[in-house]
Amino acid sequence: MVIERKWKKWLMFYIPMAVFIVFTLFPFYWMAVTAMRPDGELYRTFRQANATPFWTLEPTLEHFKGLLQTTAFPQWLWNTMLIAVVSTIISLICGMFAGYALARLKFRGSEFLGTIIFITYLVPQTLLFIPLADIIRNMQLGNTPWALMLTYPTFLIPFCTWLLMGYFKTIPRELEECARIDGATRFGAMIRIIFPVAIPGILSAGIFAFTLSWNEFIYALIFMSSAELKTVPVGVVSELIRGDIFFWGQLMAGALLGSIPVALVYSFFVEYYVTGLTGSVKG
Amino acid sequence: MANVTIRDLNKNYDNGFHAVKDVNLEIRDKEFVVLVGPSGCGKTTTLRMVAGLEEITSGQILIGENVVNDLPPMDRNIAMVFQNYALYPHKSVYQNMAFGLQMRKYPQQEIEKRVREAADILGIGPLLDRKPRQLSGGQRQRVAVGRAIVRHPEVFLFDEPLSNLDAQLRVQMRVELKRLHERLETTAIYVTHDQVEAMTLGDRVVVMKDGWVQQVGEPLELYGKPANRFVAGFIGSPSMNFVDVIINELGGALYAEAQMLRLSVPPQHQDRVRAHLGGRLTLGVRPEALRLASGADPAGYCFDTAVDVVEPLGNEILLNFRAGGAPMVARVDPAVRVRAHENIRLAVDPARVHFFDEKSAAAI
Repeated sequence: MVIERKWKKWLMFYIPMAVFIVFTLFPFYWMAVTAMRPDGELYRTFRQANATPFWTLEPTLEHFKGLLQTTAFPQWLWNTMLIAVVSTIISLICGMFAGYALARLKFRGSEFLGTIIFITYLVPQTLLFIPLADIIRNMQLGNTPWALMLTYPTFLIPFCTWLLMGYFKTIPRELEECARIDGATRFGAMIRIIFPVAIPGILSAGIFAFTLSWNEFIYALIFMSSAELKTVPVGVVSELIRGDIFFWGQLMAGALLGSIPVALVYSFFVEYYVTGLTGSVKG
Repeated sequence: MANVTIRDLNKNYDNGFHAVKDVNLEIRDKEFVVLVGPSGCGKTTTLRMVAGLEEITSGQILIGENVVNDLPPMDRNIAMVFQNYALYPHKSVYQNMAFGLQMRKYPQQEIEKRVREAADILGIGPLLDRKPRQLSGGQRQRVAVGRAIVRHPEVFLFDEPLSNLDAQLRVQMRVELKRLHERLETTAIYVTHDQVEAMTLGDRVVVMKDGWVQQVGEPLELYGKPANRFVAGFIGSPSMNFVDVIINELGGALYAEAQMLRLSVPPQHQDRVRAHLGGRLTLGVRPEALRLASGADPAGYCFDTAVDVVEPLGNEILLNFRAGGAPMVARVDPAVRVRAHENIRLAVDPARVHFFDEKSAAAI
């Protein structure tokens, strides 16, 4: 009886879980191994003797050194960080106000407006970049960080608005009604009561917005041309693939370093987010 | 120090729902008025219009001498306790109670003094540093009340404040609220769907149904002289028994007759009921106005029936039976020994018989 149950647990839980973990983590492992593999080993074929495709015999940091010294990678990292932070802040502020208005204020056409905002989020960037490129050129913002700081919100604001609208709707109306009776204006009740209560929602919207703009590729590729102004995803791909030559070691080192900040943001804020949901964030 | 006047108040929602219809109320200073009725009767909407949370379609609301129709909630000097407490989850109990005073720019010492005072009254002094989620339902309820009383408002508004508590706690908080009102002497409007709460708390009770005020009166007045069939059935538990009867005259005396049932019309009703001679009326009699007949009871007020179900509650026994084609309940002394399906003879207290018009349902 007990044995059978154990066996079932393995079949239903541990084995599928292991498969899933291997499936999701293998690319990261491959990226890390490749980044630390010396060039000699990188271009050795599988059939050769001593071939170790899944691990490396002589781990080296030379690709990281090369990446940091011969390319503008530190500059790309800084660009990406700055652009992601600024566009996230812009989008969060707009999304908070717009989300609140759509969730709480009854005005003519509010539902229609909500739907329109959602639809704009569904327009693929691969179509949208053409008119945007024209606007960017007319405003002479091309090849400046502003080109990305102002275009990322075009997809981040609808996203934040919808996420926050949903969160605001879960907050009982009585909270702000009570605040308004207690002496706050509608705006005051929003700032003092609704926003603090919505911190978990605002944080998760912020995390997602940050990740989306960190990983964004098309706009960054099109609007930025100088090597020192590029973001990590574009810089790594455009500078480390020259013609048909792939600098695999440096590429993977760049990808690895580029994903660390996002991983940090997640691990730090997700904890915040979870405690926020259970309500132990000290107001 | 304020009375609240409601004049011809109406509320129409955008979807066409007419929630409140021509409500007129004069609530005196220091009075505890309870709005009671089934859900959807407009009682909460009325309260929310007094609070300023709901727009007024037509009519006037006055607090003291001022028409407050267009004042925002913050300028009406009211305090409200909500059904779900509406405590600010990110603030401590102290901050929750202090918020209204901070918004009104009271000095820090005054805030501290008032919060401590309210906390003492409500017995929540040791909880001031806790967050709402660390409190039990009853404690949250007290904090919500405390947040209202620190403001020293002119009017308290309560929106079903006890309905989220369990039965025992509800009875306890009910008594506490009553005691609190006697101590604070502030006008209070209280909404509930529970008629027992309404009867125990209210100096006066307003019974509403479908947006209309059915009757306004002191609890015992509503119980003893219900204005119509709805109030008669809503107030009191178990509710009043109703039988459709035909009024007949037999040898100069008036009788109310139904299937297998004939009762004399009590003398105090004779004149008014005579106008309906040969017509239909609804006869109402409360379960406690029925008792097992003894030989001394005049035959005209007695009838025979068979007990259907016996509910021995300890302090009383409820007898369920049918008479005149309608299910009825009698509340009798617990010393009475009656078994199910036994034939019994019941007597009606002639002083406590009600007649209602069959169509308008108004008391006759």
